[in-house]
Amino acid sequence: MTDRTAILDTLRAQIESFNKKGIEVTEATTFQGDLEWDSLTVMDFVAAIEDEFEIIITMNMQAEIETVGQLADAVEKLKD
Amino acid sequence: MTESGLQPEALPAEATPVAPERDLFSKFDPLLAERDALMSSGVRDPFGIVMEQVTSPTTAVIRGKETILLGTYNYMGMTFDPDVIAAGTRALEQFGSGTNGSRMLNGTFRDHVEAEDALKEFYGASGAIVFSTGYQANLGTISTMAGRGEYVILDADSHASIYDGCKMGDAEIVRFRHNSVEDLDKRLGRLPKEPGKLVVLEGVYSMLGDIAPLREMVQVSKKHGCMVLVDEAHSMGFFGEHGRGVYEAQGLVLGEDVDLVIGTFSKSVGTVGGFCISNHPKFEGLRFSCRPYIFTASLPPSVVATAATSVRKLMTAHDKRARLWSNARQLHAGLKALGFALGTETCDSAIVAVILQDQAQAVVMWQALLEAGLYVNVARPPATPSGTFLLRCSICAEHTPEQIDRVIAMFATAGQLAGATS
Repeated sequence: MTDRTAILDTLRAQIESFNKKGIEVTEATTFQGDLEWDSLTVMDFVAAIEDEFEIIITMNMQAEIETVGQLADAVEKLKD
Repeated sequence: MTESGLQPEALPAEATPVAPERDLFSKFDPLLAERDALMSSGVRDPFGIVMEQVTSPTTAVIRGKETILLGTYNYMGMTFDPDVIAAGTRALEQFGSGTNGSRMLNGTFRDHVEAEDALKEFYGASGAIVFSTGYQANLGTISTMAGRGEYVILDADSHASIYDGCKMGDAEIVRFRHNSVEDLDKRLGRLPKEPGKLVVLEGVYSMLGDIAPLREMVQVSKKHGCMVLVDEAHSMGFFGEHGRGVYEAQGLVLGEDVDLVIGTFSKSVGTVGGFCISNHPKFEGLRFSCRPYIFTASLPPSVVATAATSVRKLMTAHDKRARLWSNARQLHAGLKALGFALGTETCDSAIVAVILQDQAQAVVMWQALLEAGLYVNVARPPATPSGTFLLRCSICAEHTPEQIDRVIAMFATAGQLAGATS
């Protein structure tokens, strides 16, 4: 299993606890448009991801991330 | 640019209509629809109150009715202080109605300097900078102090002006869970060591009226080599021995524990304006770099004259301070006894927030109170934490114990009507 697949699996698992609409999650799934998360949900989710990977995703970076795939890219980069 | 030659000869007879998808106003549709639905349920507009007369720091006439004000942030009741009014009147007559300009050019008059001197004395600080509003004080200080490659670390429940200061600047922004020392420590530990970092805290968080564990947060911030800014907008005059704020009440020292304090003239001081104070030897550098300080007109002379007088009087306003705390405790205990869910378990500040189920309940209750002769603030998301709907009371030193009794009685009736008390 590649690093990226592992990251995506972890992201999917974390998304599930916030996925109230039961959306099928792919790399193209958007947090705002598809999952319809509000800013409070985003904050809790980001904190969970940060703790999981022991990283910091600054608000500047968060503003650039729209999809699950982009988040995986960011986590991959930050973990190095 | 107004005399630029590049203008059409004549406008078309009829303007071309803008397609809905290109109408920039379309984004307001959901908000306007929500508002229409609320208004059509027959309630009065909570965001359209007009004070026809203001008769004292605690009373006004709204739609012809004498109303107790319990949502003004006029904590120390300085707005009708005779010395404050006299100072403003003299300045208005001697210096005119406005400055017309920036603090950096023609907009610094005697009383701007006098207000900064009064602040230096009040805080025991070597430096003070007066801004045109409290919003601009945060906007300017945060965006200027932390630059590209540096970090601002802020509490998730921070005031809009702090968030906007972050947005305006070039620094990296990291937020931590509200009032969580552990989360702050954890996040600071994950940041690179070298870059400069500014931790932004508030003494009192104004939505729920809860106070920050500043002592522990400063300790953690200093451990990670950060500078600390504390916004004391909702504590000036009645926290700490000299009324300097929550940081003073918790035994913290300016220049050692706290690097910058932000404050406002629009609450305890009783006029309008904002400020930043510091003991840092290079503090004046901020004045020369700060765009929200430079590129705006300064406060009118009457405003800074009232501010200077009020700040000096607040240094020794021990009686007012005692009355304010007594009133706040009376209200908190009274509302708690009625069975309301409140923002804080104990009376921690001069803000008492009543937590309600939803917008409809909040507005029904707000209107019942207004009709009974009481004004409080309605607060709703996104201003509130965790999507709550609140009725917020801010207490004044000039409320009488009898007024507070009447307020509690009005809450009892309105709470039953709205089904908000258990």
